[in-house]
Order: sequence, then C-alpha cells, then structure tokens
Amino acid sequence: MTKTKNIQNTAKELYMDYSATTPTRQAVLDEALPFFVEKYGNPSSFHSTGLVAKRTLQDARERVAKILNCDEKEIVFTGSGTESINLALKGIAFKNMIKNKGLGKGTFITGKIEHPAVLETLEWLEKFGFNIIEIDVDMNGIINLKQLQNDIKKNQEEGLPVLLVSIMYANNEIGTIQPLKEISEICHKYGVPLHSDGCQGAEYLPLDVTKLGVDMLTLNGSKIYGFKGTGLLYKNKNVIIESLIHGGGHENNLRAGTENIAGIVAMAKALEIAEKEKKKETIRLKKLRNYMVKKIKKEIPKVIYNGSATKRLPNNVNFSFEGIEGESILLRLNEAGIRVSTGSACASQSLDPSHVLLAIGLPHGLAHGSIRFTFGKDTTKQKIDYTIRELKSSIKFLRTISPEWNKQKSWRKR
Amino acid sequence: MKVEGNDWFYTKEVKEHFMNPKNFLKEEKEIKEFNGYGKVGNMKCGDVMEIWLLIEKNKIKDVRWRTFGCASAIASTSAMSEMVKGMSIHNALKLTASDIMDKLKGLPAIKVHCSVLGDEALREAIKDYESNNN
Ligand SMILES: Cc1ncc(COP(=O)(O)O)c(C=O)c1O
Repeated sequence: MTKTKNIQNTAKELYMDYSATTPTRQAVLDEALPFFVEKYGNPSSFHSTGLVAKRTLQDARERVAKILNCDEKEIVFTGSGTESINLALKGIAFKNMIKNKGLGKGTFITGKIEHPAVLETLEWLEKFGFNIIEIDVDMNGIINLKQLQNDIKKNQEEGLPVLLVSIMYANNEIGTIQPLKEISEICHKYGVPLHSDGCQGAEYLPLDVTKLGVDMLTLNGSKIYGFKGTGLLYKNKNVIIESLIHGGGHENNLRAGTENIAGIVAMAKALEIAEKEKKKETIRLKKLRNYMVKKIKKEIPKVIYNGSATKRLPNNVNFSFEGIEGESILLRLNEAGIRVSTGSACASQSLDPSHVLLAIGLPHGLAHGSIRFTFGKDTTKQKIDYTIRELKSSIKFLRTISPEWNKQKSWRKR
Repeated sequence: MKVEGNDWFYTKEVKEHFMNPKNFLKEEKEIKEFNGYGKVGNMKCGDVMEIWLLIEKNKIKDVRWRTFGCASAIASTSAMSEMVKGMSIHNALKLTASDIMDKLKGLPAIKVHCSVLGDEALREAIKDYESNNN
C-alpha cells in the first residue's frame, strides 16, 4: 500500500532503460519539425521546394560525414539500426551470390553476443550456402581475438573466402566495449572487411571510422535521442555491396525510397549533440555507474555484476540476483515507477534467457535473474538512490517467496 | 485508448496476486505443521514451485507455497492457494490449469506453462500426503 503512495509522490516514471530507447531531445525535435509541415519537399523534385529538401539532405550528410570522418558519399541513411545491419550483411552476401549464380560461397564471422539483427540475418543467410561462424567471448564479453584470427586463417587456407567480419562496438545488455581497432587489424591482415554494429556506442564512444578501422558501421537514431525508425550505414567506398531495396537511385543506389528528411536531420543533430557532450557525459555517468555498482554490491547479498568492470559503456549496469527471476523484479520496480530490462526468458518471446548472459558463462538460473539499468541524460544520483531502495525491498520480498533462494545457502562463486 | 504511466501487462487479478500474494511460506519453521509437500519445475525453464498442504479428513485445511518465476507464475500459485483452501482432496485433484487461469481472468499465451505448474505441484503434494498416510 505504502508502495503505491510512493510512486505517486516521488517518481511517476523513473526511466532507467536508455539502452532500449531514448526520448527525443527537444533540440533535435526543434530542428526536425519544419521538415514535416513547412519544408515538406521531395529531394528528387526538380523545383525549388524539392531543392530545399535536397540541400537539407546534403547538409545532413555532410554533418554526419564530418563526425564519422569519412566521405559524405559513404553515408547511407536507412530506416533503422536493424535495416543498416541487414544492408551491410545481405549486401555483401547478395554480391557474392550474384557472382556465384545464386549460391552463397564463403564465410561470415561474427560474435556470440551480437544483437539478433546480426545473428538472425546470418542464420537466414546460411540457407543460401554461406558458412557462419560465431566467435566466443570471455566472461567479460570480450571477443576471443585468437579464435577470430585462427578462424579467418583456417577458412582462407581451405579456400573458403571470409566475406565479412561483423562485431558489435558495444553490447546492448552488458555494455562490453570490443577492441575494434585490434579486431580490424586482424581482419585487414587477411583482407577481410569489418562491419560493426555501433548502435549502443554512438552516444558515448569515438566515432571516427578511420581510427576505429571499420569498413562499415551501423548507427541508429533511437539510442541517441534522435527518432526511432532512423538509422545509417557508413560504408567505405572500397567495399562493394548490393542494395536490398530497389526502385530509384536514392542513397547512392543503395536504398531506394523518398528520404525521411526530418528523421535524417534529427539523426545529424543528435549525433552532433552526442559528439559535443560525449566527454563530459561519459565522466558524469561513469561516476554514477560506479556509485550504483558499489552500492548494490554492498547492500544486496549474493549478486553478480555481469560484464566487464572497465571495458564498459558508462551508462550500463547489469546485475544478476541469486535465487529470483528477472521479470518479477522488473515488474515490482515498474510498480515503483522504475523502468528497467531483464535477460530473463519470461520477459521475452522465447523460453531461453539472454544468449548474451549464457555466452559469458552464466548458468540459466542467474541469467533468468538479471536486471539491466541503463542511464541517460536525466539520470541523477538521487534517482539511483531511489532505485536502489526499491530494488532492495523487491529483492528481499521475492527471495522470501523463492524456493531457489531458500534452498541455496551457499554462495556460489563464479 | 489512454496510455497511463502505470499501465500493466497482465490483468488486474494477476497484478493483485503478484504484488500482494496470499498464503506464501513466510518462515521455514511453519513447514512442520504441514503434511503434504510437492515441488515441480526446474531452473532451466525458469519456474520452480513448492507447495505445502495441511490435509485433515480428506480436506485441505491450509496451504503454503514458494515460487521462483515470473509474475504470472507467482500470481497463479497465489490464486491457486486461495482456491484450494477448504477444498476436498477429490475436488482439488480435479483442478486444472484453466481453472486457475479463469480465476486470474486470463494469462498471455506464452505464460500458460507457468500456471500449469500450479496444479501439478498441487497433485504432487496430495500424492505425497497419500503415500505418507496409507
Ligand atoms: C546493439 C543494437 N543493434 C541494433 C539495434 C536495432 O536498432 P533499431 O531498433 O533501430 O532497428 C539495437 C536496438 O535495439 C541495438 O541495441
């Protein structure tokens, strides 16, 4: 009862799920809004109204290219992070299939903790004859570089070309940041292009594609205070891919369809703001993250901090709570106004818990008992304190009614 | 439809049983007052349920439980515990998953396996009682 009162008094909604999506920034919305009602032209039109749209598009492309330190022709605007990933992977695959009379011939290498947009796309490509390899990660979620190098070498020695390596920049569940530069050096040693899913990294990590060494990079608006349903693919001009969507010459023949000018402007603005605030915001959030981690470890018994302590996004905290299940924690926190995510199967459409948590070696029970807190621009120490208070009481109650908790009296150490 | 800040994924009934569950085992020492015990489920699929029954003259006089699992698993155990209190063993054995679901005014399809555990655990506990008392 008192709990319900709490919600209304202190926090109607305390959002701790910025890795799921972010609100749009007011400044981003302000800049994009005119392109709905006033400046609604089609960039392909041969009149002044169209020209405004065309110039706006060109300008947005240049702004993005400046941040990524690439040529503006190397930016393809798309309809989501998922679409960019599909374009990168299938674009390479179709190119290969055209060469081989419809059959896929070659290997794609990726990691075990990639987003489903990568894993399910590659699984589908397997049907056309491609060979798919998923590289292991260690308990921190870092890709096994040795295995990556060996697999590239082995495949090429056996006459199977490695067509593409796709490794994410930062993980959406545990926040682990991959050593992209080292990965790219391995790939390039063998002449293999590297694509990276940078959706979670864009807000906080460097995006200079030459420094990163990536040949393709996926970003989206949904995670950087831009619009949902917007994305882009950086594609180095030396990488040749097929388009997935035909019907006009838009986006350098790589993505047909009238451009989403407002969304593209929002994307450019969101990236600019992210770029400007990166340094300061990373320092601020890192402090808050370390504060929360320390406090949870101190105040709640038998927890496991999932992921890497250091090679980690500044806004990601992920814990497993022994003896209880994540969806029930999530929903009790939700009642206190706090929005979080879980790796439990119960909160998804599958019966298996998060593939990411299983890949870093968590047993099923602990993977079911995981909660992800992700911070953003409105996260404060005060909100974290409130969250921890509510978390403590939820955990305590759920453990009281848990057969698992009452069974295991011994602290299982990983 | 008006979207409120605190909209809920399950029915009102599930929410009430989940937030304020009835008849759960508060302390280990209560166990000795019960004469039938059942446990079903496993950690791999993510639902485990334990039930204690106090059976007298073929009637369920009292019930306690513990559940590891999602909100619907917890709610369905709680709802089931209210339903079987005072029931004859004969009737309790006839309790089905869909009876429990009706009491909760429905569950999402993917969640149904959770409440199925509730009636299974109940049968286990009755079987345990019978094997100890025959
Ligand atoms: C790492 C990662 N990749 C890809 C995506 C997909 O992006 P979108 O929702 O824009 O398709 C997401 C977001 O869900 C993500 O976190």
